[in-house]
Amino acid sequence: MIPEIGHFALVLALLLAIAQAVFGLGGAARGQGAWMQAARSALAGQFVFVAIAFGALALAFIERDFSVLYVATNSNSELPIFYRIAAVWGAHEGSLLLWALCLAAWSLAVSALSTSLQAPFRSRVVGILGLISIGFLLFMLTTSNPFERLVPAAIEGRDLNPLLQDFALTIHPPILYLGYVGFAVAFAFACATLLEGRLDVTWARWTRPWTLAAWLFLTVGIALGSWWAYYELGWGGWWFWDPVENASFMPWLAGTALIHSLAVTEKRGLFKSWTLLLAVTAFSLSLLGTFLVRSGVLVSVHAFATDPARGLFILGFLTVVIGGALLLYAWRAPLMKSTAGFEPTARESFLLFNNALLIAALALILLGTLYPLFMDALELGKISVGPPYFELVFLVPMLPLLALLGVGMHATWKRGHLQPMRNRLLGLALAVAVAALVITGVVYGDIRPLATLGFALALWVMGSSLMIPIARWRARQAIPGAVLGMVVAHFGFGLATLGITGVQSFKVEKDVALAVGEAATIAGYDFRLMELRDMRGPNFAGVEGTVVVSSEGEVITTLHPQKRLYNSGGNPMTEAGIEVGAGRDLFAALGEDLGQGRWSLRIQYKPLIRYIWLGALLIALGGGIAALDRRYRRVVAAQPATGAVAPEASR
Amino acid sequence: MTPRRKRLLAVIAILVGVVAAATLAKLAFEENLLYFYSPSQVMAGEAPRGRTFRIGGLVTPGSLQRAEGTLQISFVVTDNQESVPVHYTGLLPDLFSEGRGVIAHGRLGESGEFVADEVLAKHDENYMPPEVAETLHLPTPSRESE
Repeated sequence: MIPEIGHFALVLALLLAIAQAVFGLGGAARGQGAWMQAARSALAGQFVFVAIAFGALALAFIERDFSVLYVATNSNSELPIFYRIAAVWGAHEGSLLLWALCLAAWSLAVSALSTSLQAPFRSRVVGILGLISIGFLLFMLTTSNPFERLVPAAIEGRDLNPLLQDFALTIHPPILYLGYVGFAVAFAFACATLLEGRLDVTWARWTRPWTLAAWLFLTVGIALGSWWAYYELGWGGWWFWDPVENASFMPWLAGTALIHSLAVTEKRGLFKSWTLLLAVTAFSLSLLGTFLVRSGVLVSVHAFATDPARGLFILGFLTVVIGGALLLYAWRAPLMKSTAGFEPTARESFLLFNNALLIAALALILLGTLYPLFMDALELGKISVGPPYFELVFLVPMLPLLALLGVGMHATWKRGHLQPMRNRLLGLALAVAVAALVITGVVYGDIRPLATLGFALALWVMGSSLMIPIARWRARQAIPGAVLGMVVAHFGFGLATLGITGVQSFKVEKDVALAVGEAATIAGYDFRLMELRDMRGPNFAGVEGTVVVSSEGEVITTLHPQKRLYNSGGNPMTEAGIEVGAGRDLFAALGEDLGQGRWSLRIQYKPLIRYIWLGALLIALGGGIAALDRRYRRVVAAQPATGAVAPEASR
Repeated sequence: MTPRRKRLLAVIAILVGVVAAATLAKLAFEENLLYFYSPSQVMAGEAPRGRTFRIGGLVTPGSLQRAEGTLQISFVVTDNQESVPVHYTGLLPDLFSEGRGVIAHGRLGESGEFVADEVLAKHDENYMPPEVAETLHLPTPSRESE
């Protein structure tokens, strides 16, 4: 009964989404207040019914209703309740439902919090979000219904993929989706702006906090995924340039470019059409990412053949959304001319470089991700693009990006007086160069050019970020949220760079065969296998090793790597033993029984790896601080001022 | 600077940027394109010597051999028509097992064996790498019908 309620709620939600789109766009076009009101009510209803559907699916999981196909395929009666709930979004159908729920929640938040927007504009935004909801709900109902029954019902479910039975991975998809879907808001704002042919730039101010919010969720989501891959996939990598990862990283790059270009548009009325295009791009890449990952296209283009309906729907939906938005853009963007000038050292120039470099990286990653799919589809051979390609094409734009970032933060708008900062920046540059040489030469004992450059750039960005609050504090000036957010995020970016440089340059990995009592040494650390014993968990059994790590005779830590066999069958799973440290992680993973009493182990030394995720969290925190800046909450009061600046700037 | 010269400079800068990006992409691409060959293609001599590539197929049941107590492993990859022996030193992924699909990355050795530096067996146990699935010549891999 409950699954049927869920299914019915989805149908109602679809009808309400249609009403939301029709009344939202129609009401704005005809200037009918009642229609616009109806669109907002329809949106609230749509949210309620999607939430009911989501609740119904969650209830089916909690009650172990194996007569529902999706529940039977993705859970098991032994699965702990926490993971049974997380299993709701463990596979394709449920994650689409989560997507729809996130979209409805964002839409509702925009509709509720944007009371200061002019009614027709707000209504258009709601209408466009309704169109996107229609697409998703229709996709779910026609090709991926999570409430499909299994006749006869299964007695026992298959298990949730053991890889997914983990805390970070249970919260990874919802947070990632909040990010993906959040770009729908920026997309809707951009489309509404284009529809109205607005010439002022107040929309940029309205869009900024929403875009920042979406972007910060995406940042946290990606960081969680990377962290999970590091400790759960068992082999200690933190980024693989896997197409699935690229699918989430590309919208992030576009979103990062977008929040920077929005700043220029809001403050100076420049880059108007470019910003709109970026907003469309960020959301299009989110859609592409979701579909690529969840439809199995990435596994192979031929996965389309396994369910042609899904593939066709996806292609159609992508074409309508991206094509429609681009047509709208082509029609309206020529209106958005901005011709204000700025000096080469002005902040505008630096942000222009920021966008150019980010988009270059994005384009090259997109090429590497999609090229094998096209080659395969055209029967031109089976190829894959190796991680070295991605590392190179990402690294090359990032080096100048980091270097310019350190200067650009201090540049003023329009004129770009860098003179007052010149000596301090030169001093900082000298200091970080020396510090980087000390780190590579003394701490790690190997002056590698790329590592030294990486450390120098990381410290450069961190130091340069800190100069802003220090200067303000000395001058006893308040620090507005937007500035503080920028400082925190850029400091985090520097910190992440520090971590990436450290781990990529000086990590040590070794596969060894050890009997109990034997030891292996890497980077000055002895890993001694002390014991192997059988162990049991709630739905698995396995072997646990005891590995004592010591350095120069002194015991540092004891690691407990596990090899698990889940009761639901399938292959063994590796749980790594990791000692977290400020300067390095020590990592041991159990391989398998090699015979003669020996086991294979992978032992690793990972310097500075924690700072990658800590940096990412700071980046997200900075985004949050900036999004909560008080001036975004005074949009009405600020409107005349912006309105006055914009036409002047665009003339 | 006149606006005209500014615009000209901007256009030149964009062109230089695009050309630089394209050159970088092309060089990086050529270096890092990995081709996939089935055991039949390898035996027919289509696979390059002295260059890394990927080979994929099923692990022939009973072919997995290990030098006791060491990390040295050898197994045979087959597409049910031809077979290629693979040598590897290191840890095998959790999802590796006989009779299942596998992809190995490495190069051809002196005597026609494949020396792998990486063995991949991704996804869940019912998953068959698409490249492998297509090159298999005999019965489709048995999927548990659930």
